[in-house]
Amino acid sequence: MLPTPSTSHVCYDRVYEPAEDSYLLLDTLSAASETAFLQDRFNNASSTPPLVLEVGVGSGVVLAFVAANAGTIFGRHDVLTLGTDINSFACRAAAQTVRDAIQEREDGRSVFTDVVNGDLATAMRPHSVDVFIFNPPYVPAELPDLSCHDKYNKVPEGKKATSFEQDSYLLELSYAGGEDGMVVTNRMLEHIPGILSADRGVAYVLLCAQNKPEVVKQRIREWGAGWMAESVGASGKKAGWEKLVIVRIWRNAI
Amino acid sequence: MKLLTLNFLTCAIKTCKTNPASFPLHPRDAELEIVEADMNLPFLRNILPRLMWEELRGICGELGLPELPATPPTPADLVEASNAVHGSAEADEEEPSQTAKDLHRILLETCIQEGKLVCGACEHEYAVKEGVANFLLPGHLV
Ligand SMILES: C[S@@+](CC[C@H](N)C(=O)[O-])C[C@H]1O[C@@H](n2cnc3c(N)ncnc32)[C@H](O)[C@@H]1O
Ligand SMILES: [Zn+2]
Repeated sequence: MLPTPSTSHVCYDRVYEPAEDSYLLLDTLSAASETAFLQDRFNNASSTPPLVLEVGVGSGVVLAFVAANAGTIFGRHDVLTLGTDINSFACRAAAQTVRDAIQEREDGRSVFTDVVNGDLATAMRPHSVDVFIFNPPYVPAELPDLSCHDKYNKVPEGKKATSFEQDSYLLELSYAGGEDGMVVTNRMLEHIPGILSADRGVAYVLLCAQNKPEVVKQRIREWGAGWMAESVGASGKKAGWEKLVIVRIWRNAI
Repeated sequence: MKLLTLNFLTCAIKTCKTNPASFPLHPRDAELEIVEADMNLPFLRNILPRLMWEELRGICGELGLPELPATPPTPADLVEASNAVHGSAEADEEEPSQTAKDLHRILLETCIQEGKLVCGACEHEYAVKEGVANFLLPGHLV
């Protein structure tokens, strides 16, 4: 078991607290079968450093884990990490989580760039991402009203702290996924082919049972020749159904 | 935000993506800060082919930083000549050259703390506050 990065500095009143879904991502990315897949893809020492992008970093626990354990996961230390979140408080918190986790390593530190405040991966250069990670807001619940986002995304002018409605809004953003819990995830899936690097890009997206993972995977396979989607991690088995699954999305050479 | 990050970002507006002028984003009114970071020679060597050198040179120019050479350094330029002669030195025994130190400083230690990033295609300005760039557009928030 690799250590879980410390997030003790993060205020969970307005940033998503690491939970079963976060830990499922850590376990899946560090499982022997997944590190074998990733090393096969990335450990050629003379290839360029892979860029890992996590969208919706929250506390930063997942990105920090990947950054701190790049050697074990990818078989190389020169891995680049970048994060985004729509919640500016999460961006700051996560940047610190990643920096601290890398700093703790005595040997072979990877390279963290930044966490940017943005919508999904809209600011990424096309085909620049080698490893994409997303633990989306996946709960079937009404999306919060984004028209207040600008106002709620910072400490109110003249105030020292955020308000209660503001915190509730920010937390809603972290779990509410609209119809079938898929509204945000669908928007992201649509962009995945455009941001992944053409030759070695791979994406990990978490889904819950209500998201209908089998239907989602089938739809991805219909993106075109070579597109693959497989469940590579699961947790919370109940009456034959997995509560949460991690879907790996990639493209085989055709 | 580190200058290296700008190597991977463009304007967030969809119609700008296909316009070459949307990359790189241009820093404006930038307050820079040096934040020391570990030197990582294997990283510098491997990242060279991923750097958009012309664009990076342009950004350094716009920020008034020392000029980068016209062509990217070669991997051999990044290590001290005295060590390179011995050939078999392991990566972690290699001594970074001045070129490597300069590149390290620009990519990983020079941070934009406050200012704007401007798209060369649509002129949209993205604010950078306390080191965090904000790419949210009014259109995202509906
Ligand atoms: C379920 S939480 C996951 C947090 C963290 N990655 C983890 O695994 O613990 C979802 C995160 O996505 C962020 N988010 C929601 N909508 C987003 C969007 N449109 N663009 C970027 N991030 C978004 C939320 O702010 C929240 O931090
Ligand atoms: Zn633009």
